Amino acid sequence: MLPLGGMARSAKGAPLSQPAVQAKNLSLVFETPDGPVTALSAVDLTIERGEFVSFIGPSGCGKTTLMRAIADLERPTSGSLTVNGVSPGEARLGRAYGYVFQAAALYPWRNVLRNVILPLEIMGLSAGERQARAVKQLELVGLTGFEKKFPWQLSGGMQQRVSIARALAFEPKLLLMDEPFGALDEITRDHLNDQLLRLWERTGKTVVFVTHSISEAVFLSNRIVVMSPRPGRIIEVIESRLPAGRGLDVRESVAFAEIAQRVRAALRSGHSYED
Amino acid sequence: MKIELRAVGPVVLVVGVLLAVWYAAAVWLNAPQVIERLNGVGNPWGAHDLVAATWSMERPVLPAPHQIVADWWLSVFGTDLDSPRSLVFHAAVTLSATLLGFALGMVLGVLIAIGVVHSRVLDRGLLPWIIASQTIPILAIAPMVVVVLGSLGYPPLVSKAVISMYLCFFPVAIGMVKGLRSPEVLQLDLMRTWSASTAQQLVKLRLPAAVPFLFASAKIAIATSLIGAIVGELPTGAQAGLGARLLSGSYFGQTIQIWSALLMASLLGVALVAAVGCVQRAVGRLMGAAAA
Repeated sequence: MLPLGGMARSAKGAPLSQPAVQAKNLSLVFETPDGPVTALSAVDLTIERGEFVSFIGPSGCGKTTLMRAIADLERPTSGSLTVNGVSPGEARLGRAYGYVFQAAALYPWRNVLRNVILPLEIMGLSAGERQARAVKQLELVGLTGFEKKFPWQLSGGMQQRVSIARALAFEPKLLLMDEPFGALDEITRDHLNDQLLRLWERTGKTVVFVTHSISEAVFLSNRIVVMSPRPGRIIEVIESRLPAGRGLDVRESVAFAEIAQRVRAALRSGHSYED
Repeated sequence: MKIELRAVGPVVLVVGVLLAVWYAAAVWLNAPQVIERLNGVGNPWGAHDLVAATWSMERPVLPAPHQIVADWWLSVFGTDLDSPRSLVFHAAVTLSATLLGFALGMVLGVLIAIGVVHSRVLDRGLLPWIIASQTIPILAIAPMVVVVLGSLGYPPLVSKAVISMYLCFFPVAIGMVKGLRSPEVLQLDLMRTWSASTAQQLVKLRLPAAVPFLFASAKIAIATSLIGAIVGELPTGAQAGLGARLLSGSYFGQTIQIWSALLMASLLGVALVAAVGCVQRAVGRLMGAAAA
């Protein structure tokens, strides 16, 4: 199977116990009118706590499906999948996930503050606690002063930052991000990548990140899971040891180019773009 | 000023044309009676006499607009409010049934929609019956409702409101089913990742998302509720209400009275729909709608 690399490191370097995510021989088949489609085939993957792991691959490689299975939004057909040592369903009930989608999916009738508060309302936190946490998270994503704005008054990048603050608000153990910056322009995207890395270093959360972009994956992750379609599977897991506290200029470095080259080679070996 | 003129111009033109057609139709429809009467008197008469007479009959086939407006004005502003000739009094009677029926219809429609959205059984089992219920002419049902509820001792207000409810729950239910199903997949997925209960999903996502649909339905519902209340007043031979006014007008051939009651009913309908629109804008502001 796959070499998963040596000791995984958390952002804060904390000792690690149970893995955040463990998939063993995981398969997921969608029944469609045109017959079964194998979205995931025999996936083995362990994500340690505090890691920043990216899934990269072309459309149809199952990266989003794998993430959705982790979040208990899809049910695997066979194999085992645990999150923090329990099933995804139990982890979901324990509110282990913060999910950020490609679209911000803010509720348009709620202002920024109340969007961030929403999951806290659902968890049944007291009004004071909700307010305090939401204000703190908005500060973390640099949106202090925008609490009373409605989503339509914000740019796409700001909306996505609100959705990140919302995902962080109930302090999930695991932050799942499905191409969160895919719909944004490159300048905004660079800026948010930088901010996300700072956020990860500060909070030490486990982040699983789905992307199409090689440079985004290399810049952010300490491990990059390269996937290939038909059937969706993992072809290689690449360790990245770029220095902590790196800025966007690390992308000009030799080490960065080398890792990016390895990712590109792995993608090519999956024959993912030929057919 | 120019812009205002441009906006008002077409309206004035259309109203002007309509009035001209109406006055012409009044001459045409009332002429046979008038000619008969003028011939009976025996004096020579001209076109001017004919036109003047067709526009000032006491019981015309088609009253002229100014006759209707004059009667309406007299019935609204020139009559004591407790008089049976006061249109304000009749309108108030109909309005109370309309509003009660509208409130009941909104509640029933929303409850049905919530049931249909959350239960496959209701979705499959209830919706066809609801649609079938609306194919039955209200004129067939109204007398039965009035008789049954009357014999159970309910006041006429209740039976009229029930007829209104019967008419207006339908657009509300249909609109709300669509509205409650309107949230995007991502918004629903989010609720799932937060382990929100069905009730939380309803209150925090589905209902707010359905509000624009609710108001679109409510505008239709309040207009049909008014129709329901008027229809509910017909079979009872009610003493009060716009429907009763219409009925007594047709008993006694008081066409002008019928038309002024119709005018009152349509003004009431416009006012009610406008009121719903006002509430809609107020709610929209609270819910962060872009200033239109």
